[in-house]
Amino acid sequence: MKKSVAKRLLVLSAVMSVGLTAAHAQGTAAEGIAKYREMLADGNPAELFEMKGEELWKQKRGPKNVSLEQCDLGKGPGVIAGAFVELPRYFNDTGRVQDLETRLITCMETLQGFNAAEIAKTPFGRGEMANVTALATYVATASKGMRFNLPQAHEQEKTMFEVGKRLFFARGGPHDFACSSCHGVDGGRIRLQDLPNLTKNPGDGVGFAAWPAYRVSNSQMWGMQLRLNDCYRQQRFPEPKFGSDATIALGVYMGVNAKTAESIVPAIKR
Amino acid sequence: MADPMRIRAALAGDETTVRVLMSHPMEAGTRKDAAGATIPAHYIQDVEATSNGKTVLKAMFSGAVSQNPFLSFKFKGAAKGDKVVVKWVDNKGDTRTDEAAIA
Amino acid sequence: MNNSRRVALKTTGAFATLVSLGIITQSQAQAAVDRTSFQVKTLEDALKAIGGTAATSDQVSVVSPDIAENGAVVPVGATSKLPNTTEMYLIVEKNPTPLSAGFMIPAGTVADVQTRLKMGQSTNVIAVVKADGKLFSATKETKVTLGGCGG
Repeated sequence: MKKSVAKRLLVLSAVMSVGLTAAHAQGTAAEGIAKYREMLADGNPAELFEMKGEELWKQKRGPKNVSLEQCDLGKGPGVIAGAFVELPRYFNDTGRVQDLETRLITCMETLQGFNAAEIAKTPFGRGEMANVTALATYVATASKGMRFNLPQAHEQEKTMFEVGKRLFFARGGPHDFACSSCHGVDGGRIRLQDLPNLTKNPGDGVGFAAWPAYRVSNSQMWGMQLRLNDCYRQQRFPEPKFGSDATIALGVYMGVNAKTAESIVPAIKR
Repeated sequence: MADPMRIRAALAGDETTVRVLMSHPMEAGTRKDAAGATIPAHYIQDVEATSNGKTVLKAMFSGAVSQNPFLSFKFKGAAKGDKVVVKWVDNKGDTRTDEAAIA
Repeated sequence: MNNSRRVALKTTGAFATLVSLGIITQSQAQAAVDRTSFQVKTLEDALKAIGGTAATSDQVSVVSPDIAENGAVVPVGATSKLPNTTEMYLIVEKNPTPLSAGFMIPAGTVADVQTRLKMGQSTNVIAVVKADGKLFSATKETKVTLGGCGG
């Protein structure tokens, strides 16, 4: 009688300790990953892209042989500091809301004479599209440490916010996913990746405040356009066109939600 | 010429900490592409850092060093404003030299 | 001295003799590792290429994370508090060619180096240092995991 009770207690304590160990392991794994990310942050290869972007910004290029130093990113021609944390926003000259990458291409066309449509069709990481990514990294880095403060004064800015919100929750595709499936709750996680809740301010340096980022898994620099493209790909949706209204609207939605969050761009991701 | 390195050198007390980011694919020569062909080895093999004409570090890298290599080291005996020069040579004989002033 | 002569000397075993005879200076003798060492396929061969068995020392540490989110980029470094540390090596045991990096530390340089290595799987990372002509080592395990779909 005593033996079986003792045995049951042993089994129970063994099961409990395994449960505790598993929970402990999860906690330790999270700490370990945090330590790994911290070690990587010192010496982010994104800096190589930032350097390239700075060179491209200042270099006379394109058919018109002009630099981008007069490009207006929303705070006046040539003003880079603080521009990233106010994008996407409405631009008078194009009559539309634009994000950083589409605005850079507008400048490359109007100032330097490049063909915007051609650049938009170029795959990520190639040709002039790779230059856009480097430029975006350079411009965004100039706002590092600043807090997001997207304007919502113009009618189109408000409309794009509402469009972005609808798109965020719109379920579709073969898995019936929406952005909200992964990013609509607190405390979500895919394997070891924490999923920020993008329906509100997810905190400093998280979500919208963390792209462009350098991804160590493929040694690539990803801007928000590529990040959104890949989100759609992962949901098994058709991938959005570069710079489409859908991508910009989502940027407005996330960016407005991230108001006062601190940008840590350029970030480093797995 | 290969893409530039980012070199940061900072003096604290009597120690200068140097952080270098090199732009390089660091292809080990063991990966295969989509068609099944081996991607040829292309990686930095030797790195040398000098300051005031004196070698402060020599490194031998293999293809196991990550793409866009990072290197950090510390040395004594330099002053603010001194230059740190870093040079790398890869297995194809390509080379790159960059320098930074100690802040 | 060019590389092929150095290789020839090593294989004939005359190297050590030449050092003891004072024909090769200590600094030349100290560069024990050449390019071929980075091709060896086992931990044992890597240690042999460096110069033999190393005594474990608590004055030597491997600086690496306990767990790496992605094996493509794992911060790995070594520190040595032993005086006259002249060489430091980083070995990733389970990599196909374990000897991953070597550093020559001249006088005036701190024995503290950091780089980033590729790891195919969870593995021991071994730092071997040469101090006063003798070899010392430290080992640390780093787990490698595939983080997941996001980030």
